[in-house]
Amino acid sequence: MEPIHSIRSRTVVIASTNIDTDQLMPARFLTTTTREGLGKHLFADWRYDAAGQPIPSFILNQPEAVGCQILVAGRNIGCGSSREHAPWGLYDYGFRAVISTEIADIFRNNSLKNGLVPVVVDEATHAWLLANPGVEITVDLEARVLRLPDGREVSFPIESFARYCLLNGVDETGYLLSQIPAIEAYEARVGA
Amino acid sequence: MTATTLFEKIWRAHEVVAETADTPAVLYIDLHLTHEVTSPQAYSMLRERGLRVRRTDRTLATMDHSTPTDADQLFGRIPIKLESAAKQVSQLEKNCAEFGVELFAVGSPHRGIVHVIGPELGATQPGKTIVCGDSHTSTHGAFGALAFGIGTTEVGHVLATQCLLQRKAKSLAVNVEGTLPAGVTAKDLVLAIIRKLGVSGGTGSVIEYRGSTIRALSMDERMTVCNMSIEAGARAGLIAPDETTFAYLKGRPRAPQGTAWDEAVAQWRTLVSDEGATFDREIHIDASTLAPMITYGTHPGMSVALDEAIPAQGDAVYHKALAYMGLTAGQTMLGQPVQVVFLGSCTNGRLSDIEAAAALLRGRKVAPGVQFLVVPGSDAIKREAEAKGLDLIFKEAGADWREAGCSMCLGMNGDTVAKGAYCVSTSNRNFEGRQGVGSRTLLASPATAVAAAVAGVVADARQLT
Repeated sequence: MEPIHSIRSRTVVIASTNIDTDQLMPARFLTTTTREGLGKHLFADWRYDAAGQPIPSFILNQPEAVGCQILVAGRNIGCGSSREHAPWGLYDYGFRAVISTEIADIFRNNSLKNGLVPVVVDEATHAWLLANPGVEITVDLEARVLRLPDGREVSFPIESFARYCLLNGVDETGYLLSQIPAIEAYEARVGA
Repeated sequence: MTATTLFEKIWRAHEVVAETADTPAVLYIDLHLTHEVTSPQAYSMLRERGLRVRRTDRTLATMDHSTPTDADQLFGRIPIKLESAAKQVSQLEKNCAEFGVELFAVGSPHRGIVHVIGPELGATQPGKTIVCGDSHTSTHGAFGALAFGIGTTEVGHVLATQCLLQRKAKSLAVNVEGTLPAGVTAKDLVLAIIRKLGVSGGTGSVIEYRGSTIRALSMDERMTVCNMSIEAGARAGLIAPDETTFAYLKGRPRAPQGTAWDEAVAQWRTLVSDEGATFDREIHIDASTLAPMITYGTHPGMSVALDEAIPAQGDAVYHKALAYMGLTAGQTMLGQPVQVVFLGSCTNGRLSDIEAAAALLRGRKVAPGVQFLVVPGSDAIKREAEAKGLDLIFKEAGADWREAGCSMCLGMNGDTVAKGAYCVSTSNRNFEGRQGVGSRTLLASPATAVAAAVAGVVADARQLT
């Protein structure tokens, strides 16, 4: 995994609350057996009409969304299904951070494992971001702060080990494999 | 010794390495359930790194999500219509053969929805940690297991190490007291709980369902309740094991046998939250005030009693959801025309659900213009139902009796609801497009589903004449 220190980008705002992973990646795209190429299906049913043509009013079909790496979403993004295809799709599309006031547990976990930084902010900061789509901001993972255009810094919480892995491009599988002696000792102790 | 919650007891017993400020806990996983949709990329990771499945004896696989429920396609008499689904199923067969994982493939008498077969086999047991690349893994919590959904990267972690890196969740007690009124089911109860908590009310928490109402539920009913914990955002939902749990498990093929059974039960009896244990949060619900529930919106928290008006207050997102559903604030759901009825899923596809539905449907007909799809949760349930002649009741009424699978709960196996059509569904999610592009899902109990199938509109099963 590529190390991530900070992400500087304009934002895309999708203000809907409770954006579930079925919206991020509808079930009919889950029959894939690889993790690549899912960006084109991201928000498929909000993004394309029945004929597969882009719906012009949807933000991801507008020129200002091109190249944006930060998604600002309404409260409780990522609820529902555990499908990792949702963060795979967001990452493949080009997003590197998702900001909301609440982020669902499984989606947050999945995002952290795929180089997509989940950023939970307070209501006031969130309201400002929703009201100012397209502003250029910085998600500073090293400093655990969000930098707004007026120079304001808003700190955000992030699980310490996941942050370490993202900053260093370390993947958790390697760490878990290094724990095998402890796992064997546990199995011997409990008779597992 | 301090009073401890059930969740805390299971957690501690599975700590390989305790969490610190810098590192999460290494948590041991007793049972890893897998299926075709969320495992292929995990097996690819094992292959790329030259790893094996560390504990094949703790890993089970089934195929359920993308398998067709049409017998001709399922048993290969005609090709599976969805080519990518067929490929995914054959990839699972290859992966399980290569890595030595036990697979309940098509034709196995044990095949079924992953959250139905674990309990059915007796593999789901009190005190275990159980994970699956599937958010409805919370179902297994009904047995007093700590069971939760994970992503595919984590499926890879468990395949390779039998462990996960986890931070301990908060605890949330949902206390339910009183007797459920006649005709009010476990599904209605859990919809009411989700409405009260909200769809993110459980985020970061493990729910323990407690109280006299919960104690009085059967295992099937407890599974319905725990299944939908994730719809309130919770990591898991569990219920302390008791005589009901032990009676369900006794004699099942993967449950302990003989003296091992007695020892297991003695240990399982300790799996309760101690008197005086404190939870991070508690809520209380009076079961005697509940009524049959149905959803009207695009998440499971948007529900009303059948005769209750759809709330008028709401923000732009709320009104967008109503517009998607083609429903109006102020209306009640009773009388709302429906085109499809789906009985099945890991929420309500067990034998008791099918029996309850058959008892209501006996001697009645499915309304003209309504498609009623009945999908048992497993092959075993299908066989048991057929042995009791229940399939004939459905067929004679004009319903479609299918092979086991996830079916219409999610639109990825060929069973879908048409754009704009209303489906009363016993499944767990009413998200936009969940059952097919543009589908409109109304979540309800099996009883309400039958009433709608017979009436052709949303109806109250207590008033079926």
